[in-house]
Amino acid sequence: MEVPILKQGEVLIATFQAALSDADLEHLRRGLVQQVVKLRSRGVIVDVTAMDVMDSFASRTLREIAHMIRLRGAETVIVGIQPEVAFAMVQLGLTLEDVVTALDLEEGLAYLTQKFKNTD
Amino acid sequence: MSKREGTSRDLEARSNLELVGSEAPSELLRELVAHLRQNRTLLREEWVVRISETRLLTAMTKEEIFAEATSVYDSYVEALETEAFEALQAYARNLSERIIPRGVETHEVVGIVLLLRDVLARSLFAKYQTDFKKLNRILDAYEPAANRIANTVAVGFVQERERVIRQQQEAIRELSTPVLQVRERLLILPIIGVIDPQRARQLTEQLLRGIRTNRAKVVVIDITGVAAMDVTVANHLVQTVEASRLLGATVIVTGLSPEIAQTLVTIGVDLGKMNTVGDLQGGIEQAERLLGYKVVTLAETR
Repeated sequence: MEVPILKQGEVLIATFQAALSDADLEHLRRGLVQQVVKLRSRGVIVDVTAMDVMDSFASRTLREIAHMIRLRGAETVIVGIQPEVAFAMVQLGLTLEDVVTALDLEEGLAYLTQKFKNTD
Repeated sequence: MSKREGTSRDLEARSNLELVGSEAPSELLRELVAHLRQNRTLLREEWVVRISETRLLTAMTKEEIFAEATSVYDSYVEALETEAFEALQAYARNLSERIIPRGVETHEVVGIVLLLRDVLARSLFAKYQTDFKKLNRILDAYEPAANRIANTVAVGFVQERERVIRQQQEAIRELSTPVLQVRERLLILPIIGVIDPQRARQLTEQLLRGIRTNRAKVVVIDITGVAAMDVTVANHLVQTVEASRLLGATVIVTGLSPEIAQTLVTIGVDLGKMNTVGDLQGGIEQAERLLGYKVVTLAETR
């Protein structure tokens, strides 16, 4: 199942569905990293609300996405991590260091909007 | 008749029964109960004396002991007679409910039931001392029933106690972890008392859920009321901070005692991840700064 990438102003939004294979994640990473420069986006939001399990591959991919997007000149926010998922991740040592997180899509957009305003 | 098999006395008693045995065990029990009914006042009196001699039930007055002893005696004899233990069980539970709040201990309850058993057994010895074979048969009927009664009462008492303890633990657990909203998007989690791993887990769950439902951006965890925590719980605290960050909330920990600071240093916590402030007031002030609030006095606005 491919993850659609939506464009909303200066922000790209990718919403995860429940079951994503490792190949889907790879595909998403490639897609986002390409699109972000092609569409001249300044921010990327990855919404993981639907994910009730986050394994080490998924969390490493998220982290890589965030770091690669930064190198491509934009900012990434991961939104919608569920409380149970968050604690399970922390217990497995998957803490997404140096990655910005927010409660949900609304919060993520608010964060990026604020950020853009500050740098303008 | 005893269900135990193999002891020499049992065998002897059984052979006696076969040789002489005219009465069935139920008949023996009936005789026994009649004897206990007849001597009710005397035996009960003796029992109460033995109770005060051995200094049991010191939390209760003499009159209370006497009243309680009467009903215990009657239930005891009734259980012997009918061999139905449900009524006794219910009575034991009821009794426990009444005396547990008075501070009556397990050993006291078991002690008085065993005393009654002994008092009654002595009276049987006295009555049948001339007829040793009959005494044996009577005791064979009496002992298993008496032991079962003692067991029933003790188990009833312990179960009631455990129920009370469970209830209290639950109450403490519910009371002990309030997640409070003090401003829009600012939560406070004051922790008081000892944190065990179970409570720590519950705290985390409640906090993470609170962050989502209140859409909190900043959380102040105040641990002024926690004197010390072990390495497991300290690690758990750090994990809670990280999990909250994954939900997009910043955590400020306030009121760390020197001991807890020592523990955190010992386990090598990455201090970059932990946002700590000396006291709750400082924590709230910092949280307000993060949220863009500024508290000014009315005088300043004029």
